[in-house]
Amino acid sequence: MTDYQLPVPGEQFRDEVVEAYSPKLGKKRKRQIIINKIGDSDSVPEIMANTRTAPGIISMRGCAYAGCKGVVLGPTRDILQITHGPIGCGFYSWLTRRNKTRPETPDAENYMQYAMSTDLQEDEIVFGGEKKLMAAIDEAVALFHPRAIGIFATCPVGLIGDDVHAVARAAEEKYPGINIFGFSCEGYKGVSQSAGHHIANNKVFTDVVGQIDKAKEGKFRLNILGEYNIGGDAFEIERIAAACGLTLHSTFSGNSIYDEFASAHTADLNVVMCHRSINYLAEMMELKYGIPWFKVNLVGAETTAKSLRKIAQFFNDPELIERTESVIDTEMKLVQKVRDEVRPRCEGKTAVLFVGGSRAHHYQDLLREIGVITIAAGYEFAHRDDYEGRKVLPTIVVDADSRNIEELTVTPDEKRYNPRITEEERAAKESTGFEFSDYRGMMPEMPDGTLVIDDCNHYELEKLIEYYHPDLVCAGIKEKYIVQKQGIPMKQLHSYDYMGPFAGFKGAINFYLEIDRLLNCNAFKFAKAPWDESPELTATYNN
Amino acid sequence: MRKIAIYGKGGIGKSTTTQNTVAALAEMGKNMMVVGCDPKADSTRLLLNGLAQKTVLDTLRTEGEDLDLDDVVKIGFKGTRCVESGGPEPGVGCAGRGIITSINLLEQLGAFDPKYKLDYTFYDVLGDVVCGGFAMPIRDGKAEEIYIVCSGEMMAMYAANNICKGIRKFAEAGTVRLGGLICNSRKVDREAELIVALAEKLGTQMIHFVPRDNMVQRAEINKKTVIDYDATVAQADEYRKLAAAIEKNTMFIVPSPLEISELEALLMEFGIAD
Repeated sequence: MTDYQLPVPGEQFRDEVVEAYSPKLGKKRKRQIIINKIGDSDSVPEIMANTRTAPGIISMRGCAYAGCKGVVLGPTRDILQITHGPIGCGFYSWLTRRNKTRPETPDAENYMQYAMSTDLQEDEIVFGGEKKLMAAIDEAVALFHPRAIGIFATCPVGLIGDDVHAVARAAEEKYPGINIFGFSCEGYKGVSQSAGHHIANNKVFTDVVGQIDKAKEGKFRLNILGEYNIGGDAFEIERIAAACGLTLHSTFSGNSIYDEFASAHTADLNVVMCHRSINYLAEMMELKYGIPWFKVNLVGAETTAKSLRKIAQFFNDPELIERTESVIDTEMKLVQKVRDEVRPRCEGKTAVLFVGGSRAHHYQDLLREIGVITIAAGYEFAHRDDYEGRKVLPTIVVDADSRNIEELTVTPDEKRYNPRITEEERAAKESTGFEFSDYRGMMPEMPDGTLVIDDCNHYELEKLIEYYHPDLVCAGIKEKYIVQKQGIPMKQLHSYDYMGPFAGFKGAINFYLEIDRLLNCNAFKFAKAPWDESPELTATYNN
Repeated sequence: MRKIAIYGKGGIGKSTTTQNTVAALAEMGKNMMVVGCDPKADSTRLLLNGLAQKTVLDTLRTEGEDLDLDDVVKIGFKGTRCVESGGPEPGVGCAGRGIITSINLLEQLGAFDPKYKLDYTFYDVLGDVVCGGFAMPIRDGKAEEIYIVCSGEMMAMYAANNICKGIRKFAEAGTVRLGGLICNSRKVDREAELIVALAEKLGTQMIHFVPRDNMVQRAEINKKTVIDYDATVAQADEYRKLAAAIEKNTMFIVPSPLEISELEALLMEFGIAD
């Protein structure tokens, strides 16, 4: 990766920004604001990540409940999801990420159009809410008779000690045949939404995956993990997979159904998109069922092509390889046409990305394809391995906050463990540079000299804008308006601002056009603040 | 109106002491109100002669928004107005939040309205200040005077010291003050001296030493305060003395809680003296 010369050196930015903090916090933030430097064998500086946000700082982070219900389970359509708590948690986590879904038939089950909550009132906080939760389950069963019900705990429920697992067990006894499971994903668990992802992974693994042993028909069967169908991303990926001749068994969790989750262990390969939110499930499925996994990136046309080639290479079938190449060829022609048109207008523009636990990495590829340089990037909730690569996993220190989240001990399934490739096949593949259980991380793919900031906050984002005047900011809804008010185009990468898909080939085209529109539209330059145009009104007071 | 909260270790005799003292003040002609802040709802039993009272929270559940003050206030011994907050059964929900809800509701319903010409409101609070809810009576000036019921037993003194930490926290931000320690005797060696010494260290006083007397137990079995049961007995006078001391009290302080080592040293000095 070539060097990038920031107009103000990153070191100066870092040192000046942390001056506003107390010495202790400044010292900590200095370990989270890193100037990228790639050394031998992709080594990068150590970054502090997955630690507590300083109180009082306007954080970009979400909570454990948001990670569990909002991110991981939210996009699946036929697991009836009940938020146990006051109404706000359920309502504001309802489709706010714009996860789309497409039922097989018009009358197939789809609960995503409902926000279901126990709507706890003061009375239930005082006297306990378990009875109301049971009543909610009764009502849900009577109305919908779902295959499965997920119960999500919120902060007050944890504080008053309502036991969602006990209620789930009791409800399962009452309704045999319905899989009912609870998540202890109280918002305050862990330092960010990351804890909620882990909690969701654990429960989906223990209570859902492996429940149905029926495999889907198909020669090349795989699951995609960590793809949430924002703005229709999963639809585009499904289209490409089908064109290549792949059988997409299950997507966790965009456009998914319970039966696909429950039988996901019958697929032969797991590919991971969002490493942070779902690598636990990939790891555990490998240990228990022998399904290998590797990281892919289906955001960005080039990276999509690269990922498809890797999947074809894994199955190692001449017909699949040929068909994949033909799909890439057809699609890339369309992509190239738009890219050639857009790129001259975007070349050399700069962007900063603060989002997710993988998105800040994935979208750099997409932006690079039209010549936009990412000068600063960071994750809200990632861990060190997402920045520096999985090679640092053995050196990550487990602190009290991480220990608070259950780590499952997984052993091979007595009957169903079946290594999909032998040790020899694996070794042979690896000797040609094929990587399994891999994630190289974001930093080795960013230019030297660019800034990497973990858990960036509003103050630091404002400073970044002040120092570097980026042409584009990509983050979430909390950042959107302060950025736009400064006359800078802003793209939400949590919800895509009513657009999408951005994944795959068609998604790349959509993204190029949207970024071109944002970067080259002068609307913000016309918007003048009143105080810029006319002087402040003054007056004197006369007796 | 003087607003008084009674705290102390669980089982130390807060409710009994509160009701007997309230009875003595009522006998002196004072207009009294007692707000029980214990989910068990047994803070007004002796004043109401065992009359089962509907709690504020239960009434709120059954009546919903259409709640009247008369539904929750019962008139007991010599016109004492009695209220029980109530709360969940043990191990469920949040009793602390219940107290917050209940006290706010009583205020909204006008339970402390000047038209009742109350001289005193007593809050009888469950055990230790374990969470924010149980601190409710001493927040925002709801109760301004606090008396801690204790005895010469180690854990009772430990609890008293802990409660003082809570009081200091709220006293620094508000109007609440400690009025004194009430020693409800357990016949521990040199008990009065020990409590006087503890009070001194905390910066307060032992406002009264209530001797142990089986008469209290006998009155309780009959669902009565001592004064109500037999106004002539010696123990009735003890409660009258306590009531008079509270009536005349002018010593209201922000306590300075002890370090555990100090507390232990105090026990060594008095406890193992012989």
